[in-house]
Amino acid sequence: MRGLRTLLLVVLSASSLSVAQSSSLRIPAHVEAGTPFEIQTQGSGAAVLYIIGPSDALRRNVQLGESVAFGSDDLHNAGHYSAFIVGGSISDSAQFDVLPSHQPATLSFLAKPSRLPVDLSGGISGVVYIFDVFKNLIIQPQEVSFRLSVSDAAPQSRTVTSHEGVAWLKMNSASRAGVANFQATAGNVEERRIIQQVAGNPCRLRMNARESGDRVALETDPVRDCSGNAVPDGTIVTFTETYAGNQSTVDVPLKRGVAKTELPAHKGALISVATGVVLGNEIRLSGGQ
Amino acid sequence: MTGGRILAFIILVATVVLVAVGTIWPNQSGSTTTDVKATLMGSSTSPEGAVDTLLRRIANHDWENAYASLANKGEFGETDFIRDLMGSYGSLRTYATLTAFDVKQVHIADDQAQMRANLRWASVVGTFQDSRNLKVTRTGDRWQVEWPIVKEARVPPQVIPVNYLRWDVIYRGAGDDWGAQDVESPHVRIVAMNPVERGGHVVIMGELLNDDVVPAFVNVKSTLLAANGSSLATEDSFDRISHTLLPKQVTPFRIDFKRVRLSQVDSIRMQPSSILISASADPVIGIESQHLNPAPDSSLTGQLVNQSGQVVNVAHVIGTFYDSNGQIIWISDQYPDRALLPQTPVPFHIAVPPDLSGKINNFRVIASTYSASRFQ
Repeated sequence: MRGLRTLLLVVLSASSLSVAQSSSLRIPAHVEAGTPFEIQTQGSGAAVLYIIGPSDALRRNVQLGESVAFGSDDLHNAGHYSAFIVGGSISDSAQFDVLPSHQPATLSFLAKPSRLPVDLSGGISGVVYIFDVFKNLIIQPQEVSFRLSVSDAAPQSRTVTSHEGVAWLKMNSASRAGVANFQATAGNVEERRIIQQVAGNPCRLRMNARESGDRVALETDPVRDCSGNAVPDGTIVTFTETYAGNQSTVDVPLKRGVAKTELPAHKGALISVATGVVLGNEIRLSGGQ
Repeated sequence: MTGGRILAFIILVATVVLVAVGTIWPNQSGSTTTDVKATLMGSSTSPEGAVDTLLRRIANHDWENAYASLANKGEFGETDFIRDLMGSYGSLRTYATLTAFDVKQVHIADDQAQMRANLRWASVVGTFQDSRNLKVTRTGDRWQVEWPIVKEARVPPQVIPVNYLRWDVIYRGAGDDWGAQDVESPHVRIVAMNPVERGGHVVIMGELLNDDVVPAFVNVKSTLLAANGSSLATEDSFDRISHTLLPKQVTPFRIDFKRVRLSQVDSIRMQPSSILISASADPVIGIESQHLNPAPDSSLTGQLVNQSGQVVNVAHVIGTFYDSNGQIIWISDQYPDRALLPQTPVPFHIAVPPDLSGKINNFRVIASTYSASRFQ
């Protein structure tokens, strides 16, 4: 193949050919990928027609003066192509473009991040690359609809026109936590990504203590962020008990929205609660050991 | 010339004599450390010899003879004796080897002696010490050791309900489109950092917060940079960190740079890393009765209480110590050698440098756990 290309380039440079429609070839200026087309030749006698593109090369024996038909399976890859005709006393060339199909077939949808806090302005970015059935990037402007939906809340929808094959936008995360469907649609093709919108830092952390013998049972109220979303289970809540120069601590994960544990009950002990960098209330024990 | 030859001959003879003496009569008692590999066995004709013989048998796992030699073997069975020394439930002690010991005589009377044995065990996470006060009694012409048995607590059969919480992760597949994003790595951030110089080495201490809602496997790498921008050294926190961080959990980390002085360092590049992992929120470990003991034996002691129903084979305790300004001044750790059985306290002891104990205003302790069935 490289030898063939080299030969043709030598022929091309030696003959100082025009890049426009030549006198020997009539080719459509633009051909859609995967569609049939014809090249009309001029003159008489036998010749060989070469079509060379970014990742395709075709060779046909032709009779000059006849048209050469190409089928829908012949040229798939979009790009700039050159046609050369060589034979007898004739040596000529022309150039044409193979364009992507207008019909989107696949979308490469980059949605980031996959997880973010609620109520974050411009926190979600969606980028769509539009491809035709032959994996050519469709550079003609296309309408792409983006839709971000969470259950029990109105979805956000926006339509963006692609530019050079790419459509992008930024969206706000919802105020409600949950799994969001982020959907991009172009033509009748759609692609879906999952965005997890999670609660922010706890807004108010409060615990209750109940003494029972030599132990004190501690339990938080349901832990929520400032938008009222339940902080996810598994979030660590730290209980600290300080008494007479000693200290007891326990890291407890939230389960079903609350954290609960038991610590030794010491008279006059001060118990505090915290999660991450958020502090909660304090309780001083009146009873205990 | 002749004098030199005589000196060389004397040195040669002295060396041969000393090697012979050391081989025939190796040091077996006293306060010096004894190598358990030494072949000469002690006798039971002295308190030191009896203790020495017993500890060598323990080191060689000669349980039958070790147990048979005890003066108080009627108080417990051989299984209890082995369990006391080797632990149970796949604890750190189970896989440890007694590498050395030293024995000190505390008191001796006619038929009784009080000895103190310091046993040094080698484990996969380093060495740990085990001190036992041994009473040695004479029966006829033999001395026998009364072993101070520490019976492991047994948890009565019961059902402990646990609301099981774990995270599973679906990662990007090989056949997915290139645009299909993988799940995001957990967001972590360093919330405190303090580089200091101790003993001619640079030590970087800090705290790392899992700011996300998913569990993370974390590590911290640090590079010391010179004034010209060149790298002086790169180290990571290795095991002085709790690698598994649940959401909103904070772990201390400590990175030691050997043979680098703080005066050589112009800047420090910190690289916290996190990987999303499947993890469990259990077991929950209470850290009770934490107490800071002053110098000279400055330490932080307390008890670990496994509040869950699952046995924890190995626990790792890390203590962070702050001064009155809230700045981290030291981070130290310990692996307790016993398994954590449900609801059963296990003591821990974290050594604190004596020169720092007076400056400690506050401290924080965390415990991470390793269970044979899974990594937590």
